[in-house]
Amino acid sequence: MLDSDRRNARSTEEVAHGIRCRVFEHSIRNNGGYLSQACSAAEQLAWLYNEELNLGAPTLPMIPKPFAGVPSATNPDYHTGAGYNGPAEPQFDRLFIAPAHYALVAYATLIEVGRMAPEGLEMFNQDGSSVEMIGAEHSPGMEVHNGTLGIGFSTAAGLAWGRRRRGDTGRTWVYMSDGEVQEGQTWEAIAAASHHGIDSLHAIMDVNRQQCDGAMDSVMEVGDIAEKITAFGGVAVWVDGHDLDAMRAAVRTPHPGKPLIILANTSPFRGMPALEARFPRLHYVRFKSEKERADMNRDIAASLGVPPVTY
Amino acid sequence: MVEMVNRPYERAFEKHALANPDVLCLSADLTSSCEIDKFRDQHPDQFLSLGMAEQNMLSFAGGLGLAGYRPFVHSFGVFLYRRPYDQLMASIAYPRRKVRLMGFLPGITTPGGMTHQAIEDIAVMRSIPNMTILETGDATEVESICEAADSIDGPVYSRVLRGSVPRLFHTPIVVGQMRELALGEDVLIVTSGITTEEALRARTALEAAGVSVRHLHLNTIKPFDAAAMLDHVQSVRAGVVTLENHVTEGGIGSLLAEIMADAGVGKRLIRLGLKDSYAHGGSRPYLMKYYGLDAMALVRGVERLLGAEFGISEADLSAARIEAVHSAAKAEGL
Repeated sequence: MLDSDRRNARSTEEVAHGIRCRVFEHSIRNNGGYLSQACSAAEQLAWLYNEELNLGAPTLPMIPKPFAGVPSATNPDYHTGAGYNGPAEPQFDRLFIAPAHYALVAYATLIEVGRMAPEGLEMFNQDGSSVEMIGAEHSPGMEVHNGTLGIGFSTAAGLAWGRRRRGDTGRTWVYMSDGEVQEGQTWEAIAAASHHGIDSLHAIMDVNRQQCDGAMDSVMEVGDIAEKITAFGGVAVWVDGHDLDAMRAAVRTPHPGKPLIILANTSPFRGMPALEARFPRLHYVRFKSEKERADMNRDIAASLGVPPVTY
Repeated sequence: MVEMVNRPYERAFEKHALANPDVLCLSADLTSSCEIDKFRDQHPDQFLSLGMAEQNMLSFAGGLGLAGYRPFVHSFGVFLYRRPYDQLMASIAYPRRKVRLMGFLPGITTPGGMTHQAIEDIAVMRSIPNMTILETGDATEVESICEAADSIDGPVYSRVLRGSVPRLFHTPIVVGQMRELALGEDVLIVTSGITTEEALRARTALEAAGVSVRHLHLNTIKPFDAAAMLDHVQSVRAGVVTLENHVTEGGIGSLLAEIMADAGVGKRLIRLGLKDSYAHGGSRPYLMKYYGLDAMALVRGVERLLGAEFGISEADLSAARIEAVHSAAKAEGL
């Protein structure tokens, strides 16, 4: 799957940097945001969208349409935001963002790879917009609701099983977060995927060891995630989640009859070392004072090598 | 004597699934208890065992629905919504997946006690947007439940009877259409599921006592055509009695209350069923009597509504059908 010809004109490193810059700019201007998720996830999402995933051209407008109602029998024109990942055709890959709280980072990725216009991020968390704070089914790049953590891998397993039965060649991918391994459903899903030999199912998990309350070890220790995945019947590979070559190699790990889960060890401050001052409350960074906002603006801009944001 | 039909679901599901290749059979370790063990053995390529892991099963079924399949998810009713409620909402109901939840052992039809008795499933399902709710009351309805559920463009929860089931009707379920079993003018009795058979027994005695009974059987609980029901409510003199194998909060008694209040109907409503109470484990006849879900409870309810006593005794009711808890028609004592 490593066809360099599938990459767009920009390097994956440039896309990852662009994701951090966009989320930084957005968070400074809005006095808060999911900053640390951009730090940990940038390389993974850049790698998926810029080279690893086999996606068709977007089928939805570059500037997202406003919210058009929830699914119901009386809303026949309803559609999800999956069209930003291209059409659901047999040969193409599908991607679920299981931690829907990463939506801001996922939207920034869509912009960086040319699947959504920058105006889309201006609509983030605005009333009446489909670009919701917690990615909804109708939000750009989303296909199912994953706002309750732990359901994404199960849904993807069902989709992958169904696609295999249909003879699809495309893979089903899940972007996961390590907090999800606290949910029992994750382990049910890995066991089921293994029992049914669903090897078209792939995941990459952002192991940043952070969750809403703080560091995972302080909330509930989860032990060795790879060992547990292996015990439940999956294939797990540890990588440095900021090392693109490591991810490129990991995805080639043979996993016949089993789902492959790449465990990406990441830093929640990567590219923005100033954020460490906020540890361990990194889930959603809201600046506590105008001074902190200004300091973060100056320091993070310097580490990203961009001018400070005007706000 | 009423005809008893053995394991009607087993044959009905097989017939429907074989005619519809996009129908899949899902099970969570209750395969024989849900009468799909023969299907599993004979059609393994259309069968998915998902183990005792209902949360995954419901999201997985949502994924199958996204892939264009119509999974029939089999388990006891309670296991389809209590533990995996979040998955039911996010993976099935919200996106309107064509997932058919086949809930066995509705209400007190099991001696399994609180953990096995789905006594509030209708209330839960009624409050879920996009959900359709069907309930079977006899063998003919069980025989037609797969086709009825699979005709719905969206998720469906069905209360399914198993084992030895009486045949009360001779026409299949027509989704959205209630059965008009009597068109009297004194009192309207509304029942669904197993309480319809009780009402049929009570009716004989009530009519002998001179009460003109209007009796409706519901197999479609949501969506519901209020206008048709209102016509019936307006057609009786005294009021309405509902009898349900469910708590009286949120089920068909509440449905009638909502319809009548919304339309400003100033008639009395007596809601019979589990009165804000759990049940315990025991035989079905014992539980129906103990919790006031049987024919005699209905007679007493009608007496209360009419402010009269008819002197009807158990002996006046048609002989109650007593089922052995352990019979060859069931996979286990549950």
